[in-house]
Amino acid sequence: MSPVERLFSRPGVGADILIRNACVLDPRSGIDGAHDVLIRGGEIAEIAAAGTLPAPGGADTVDAAGKHLFPAFVDPHVHLRTPGQEYKEDIDSGTAAAAAGGYCAIVAMPNTTPTVDTASVVNSLIAEASVRARVPTGFLASITRGLRGEELTEMAELRDVGAIGFTDDGKPVTSAGMLRRALQYQRLSGGIIALHEEDPALSGDGVMHEGAVSARLGMAGIPSLSESTMVARDAALGLYEDARVHFQHLSCVESVHALAEAKAQGAKVSGEASPHHLTLTDEAVRCTDSRFKMNPPLRAESDRRALIEGLRSGVIECVATDHAPHARYEKEVPFEQAPMGTIGLETAFAAIYTELVVPGVLGLETLIERMTAGGALYGLHTPRIAPGATADVCLIDTEAAWTVGENGYASKSANCSFDGMRLRGRVLLTIAGGVIAHRQPMLVASDGGAGPRATGARNRAAR
Amino acid sequence: MSDHARHLISIDDLDRAGIERVLDRAESFAEISGREIKKVPALRGRTIVNLFYEASTRTSSSFEIAAKRLSADVVNVKSSGSSIEKGESLKDTVQTLSAYDPAAIVIRSPHVGAAKLVAGWTDAAVINAGDGKHEHPTQALLDVYTLRRRLRTLDDVNIWIVGDVSHSRVARSNILAFTRMGARVTVCGPPTLLPREIESLGCDSTVTLDRVQEADVVYVLRMQHERMTQSFVPSLREYAARYQINERRLSPSQLVMHPGPVNRGVELSGATIDSPQALIGAQVKAGVAVRMAVLYELLVGAPSLMAVAG
Repeated sequence: MSPVERLFSRPGVGADILIRNACVLDPRSGIDGAHDVLIRGGEIAEIAAAGTLPAPGGADTVDAAGKHLFPAFVDPHVHLRTPGQEYKEDIDSGTAAAAAGGYCAIVAMPNTTPTVDTASVVNSLIAEASVRARVPTGFLASITRGLRGEELTEMAELRDVGAIGFTDDGKPVTSAGMLRRALQYQRLSGGIIALHEEDPALSGDGVMHEGAVSARLGMAGIPSLSESTMVARDAALGLYEDARVHFQHLSCVESVHALAEAKAQGAKVSGEASPHHLTLTDEAVRCTDSRFKMNPPLRAESDRRALIEGLRSGVIECVATDHAPHARYEKEVPFEQAPMGTIGLETAFAAIYTELVVPGVLGLETLIERMTAGGALYGLHTPRIAPGATADVCLIDTEAAWTVGENGYASKSANCSFDGMRLRGRVLLTIAGGVIAHRQPMLVASDGGAGPRATGARNRAAR
Repeated sequence: MSDHARHLISIDDLDRAGIERVLDRAESFAEISGREIKKVPALRGRTIVNLFYEASTRTSSSFEIAAKRLSADVVNVKSSGSSIEKGESLKDTVQTLSAYDPAAIVIRSPHVGAAKLVAGWTDAAVINAGDGKHEHPTQALLDVYTLRRRLRTLDDVNIWIVGDVSHSRVARSNILAFTRMGARVTVCGPPTLLPREIESLGCDSTVTLDRVQEADVVYVLRMQHERMTQSFVPSLREYAARYQINERRLSPSQLVMHPGPVNRGVELSGATIDSPQALIGAQVKAGVAVRMAVLYELLVGAPSLMAVAG
């Protein structure tokens, strides 16, 4: 582990809580079954057979029978809109959304105003996160100054002050020569280089996937190969420079093939896919609702299937939300004029669980592994349910159905592509970095009597 | 959709019977245009707002004339010289205009889906007078009306739509309307101006005029000059050489249509424009009667009159 700290959160008290009778599933620890898990001072103190651990003094006890306890999730791709666009999201609201979605660590993108391209901006974000972030939060700096693709940032200094790595996310590094310099310089600075892949000469003024739906709607299309040709190019550059490259929000079958091919050649590459690309297609855009406008765009069913297969096989290592908040008024415009992006932190697990795990398309174990894999990819720790580990866990009622947005969002923004959908999987409790970051109001401490779904009022009445 | 379509956003809002009802109604209104006093009191006391975010001559004027012939009060709002120019959002503009309680808002916008959004923000009936490159349903209705008058039916009629299909809302609405009325549609244009997967709209596609003799009707699209600078076609000269509809390529029995305004000598030869096989003048004339019919069906017609698809 690097001596430089790269995740920051507000001070909190280590959780003391006994989670009883939960279905504990942590593929990396090889745990899959009903257990009691005791957390003391923010660390996992003991894991024992269900119903065997006595409630220790001073600790909350939660009866989690029928609920799942997972290692909490890591999201390597979040837009916190800070600094500069705090009306869309800020560190407090963005990390509240992360906690509500079961995340114990998130990585924020640098396409802010100003861009995160100097040590002073990174330092100010770290200072802010250290008093506001509800879950440990890290920051990527930009590869090029102002995301202009012209000059490298001071990558070495940025890493020294705490940046996790680098991306120009929101924009591609169009010039191969520019990217090559960054990949070379990574040998000095370290830190992952994450890439938003898009050839602007091919995507042009496109606003959605190029295909039958764009033909019908008369909207300019973004062809899949605007992404996949850049994945292939940059994988080749990465291989040549022996650099560590991560491909962000892959959206199409050609990119999955390019990534698999690069891995077969020995390139040090990895990839992520978003919940919306895994569960929705461009058919959703037929209604011209700007909630379905994002970059890369929702693509064809064959692309969605390829992403699922990539996630299942491990060609795509992790799920990343690309949580991209926009104000209501910004999205209440014709589709072509609307900004790109959907929020996703609060719905990521439920969307994939409902659309892929429940129908048997993806195993729950695989989903949990991919929801947590972003940590290791980015040189951060991987949440584990194991004695002695920091408590990074989420308790989820996989049976509970809910309508997205019915009670609003923890995020400041509501531009969610799953808004109004009925999903299964409710996050009841999130412990992040040993601290309770999210707790459903209905989930009250009990002395072992009332279950997690009992309301406070009912609980009091029972006493 | 509900039993009574309140808006006309897309040709998809109408099934074949619905299109025919509008056309039948238009036939009866065409008679009014032949009278000395071209006015009926059908919409007396109702206000219709024409909200145009793009330059338009025939669509805006024919909507205005149609509304006036039905005795409606008409307010024309154009983007230049209005609050739109001051940066007011579409939603705010529509809500402001809706405070005057109009019966209908006719909207032309450079953006796909604008009319549909407007329908969600107002109690008025909304008529799409063109939304980006998406649709222009009243143009399609007047084109079907014109052809039906000439041919009695569109069943099994072979219609070619020629030109810049990619950037044409008229092409999209007309493919839908023509096929719904029983015609077979082929789109033809430079490969750079035919959208990928356009065949999914129910038409054939081709990049040459080699088989244009098969067409009963050739519907010619306007070629925008800016497409040359964007390298969609190398030059107007080459475009005209390959795609111009002219007397050499047509036999006298083939009908020619164009939504206007025409670039003489580019997509159509001057001689063809002025020939009896061109229906361009009839199209313009039909615009008033068909738009009267659309306004009438939406604002007065019994709930069952405006049938809807699905």
